[in-house]
Amino acid sequence: MIDAIDRQIIETLQGGLPLTPTPYAQVANDLGLKETDLIERLSALKARGVIRRIAAAPNHYKLGMTSNGMTVWDVDDASITKLGAQIGALPFVTHCYERPRALPDWPYNLFAMVHGTDATEVEAKRAEIAAILGDACRAKDILYSTRILKKTGLRLKKKG
Amino acid sequence: MTLDDKDRAILNRMQDDLPLTSHPYVAVAEELGLSETELLDRLTRLKEDRVITRFGPFFDAAAMGGAFCLCAMAVPVENFETVLTKVNAHPEVAHNYERTHRLNMWFVLATETPEGIEAAADAIERETGIQVLRFPKLQEFFIGFRVAA
Repeated sequence: MIDAIDRQIIETLQGGLPLTPTPYAQVANDLGLKETDLIERLSALKARGVIRRIAAAPNHYKLGMTSNGMTVWDVDDASITKLGAQIGALPFVTHCYERPRALPDWPYNLFAMVHGTDATEVEAKRAEIAAILGDACRAKDILYSTRILKKTGLRLKKKG
Repeated sequence: MTLDDKDRAILNRMQDDLPLTSHPYVAVAEELGLSETELLDRLTRLKEDRVITRFGPFFDAAAMGGAFCLCAMAVPVENFETVLTKVNAHPEVAHNYERTHRLNMWFVLATETPEGIEAAADAIERETGIQVLRFPKLQEFFIGFRVAA
């Protein structure tokens, strides 16, 4: 699905884009490409969804968002598509997914990430989610993150 | 470090897409009423201070024919660091968080093929002797990941 040149581009950019006036020209030069070719390929990768955006990944903790809760919910299967969309649309929910349950230990099928400056703020947001889910929610829990153990993003393995 | 209003404006803007043009930072600097040099200096400092953990393209492994999968393990506290070292040694582990639950280690596997998920999760089970629960996404309800600085 991606050719050898795209692959080289991805390998080079997974460490990040240079913070210099002409970053694409610099990367293109390293790869032996023309800047216009690189930009064209990056545009194509974006159009295909391989690149979602070129942007900063912020560190929540350093921004004072020290309370990070993964809220999890056991939502009636018949309602999850409709309710999931409502939860995902909440401005304070940063990620929202339906995932399979792992019974009997794990009955939850809706995951919504909520961040706040403290647990009180996160709990208030969690209560808003609970109100929307109403009776369609049979069980709930929240898992606070206590430590970032690794954060590197996607890494392609070197090939050949 | 302390963030001033300019830093916050930069952080908010830079979580959105950077243009694919020769001088992409000029366009963003203009939007923010900054010079290109000031924007780049501040971005460099924010990155050095780890306020920004990474700046660059966000790749979607699934769109490349690969896959993501959220995984969880119940790691005995006394073995936590040993297990962590083994888990994090896998390049497929894109990020990993300790969480308050019996399932106390939650990580995302990102692989270039769908089969890569099972292979990596199975390998971690073998190496640690701990079950790796797998929670692939069935539906995604929101993609935009933004934090107001």
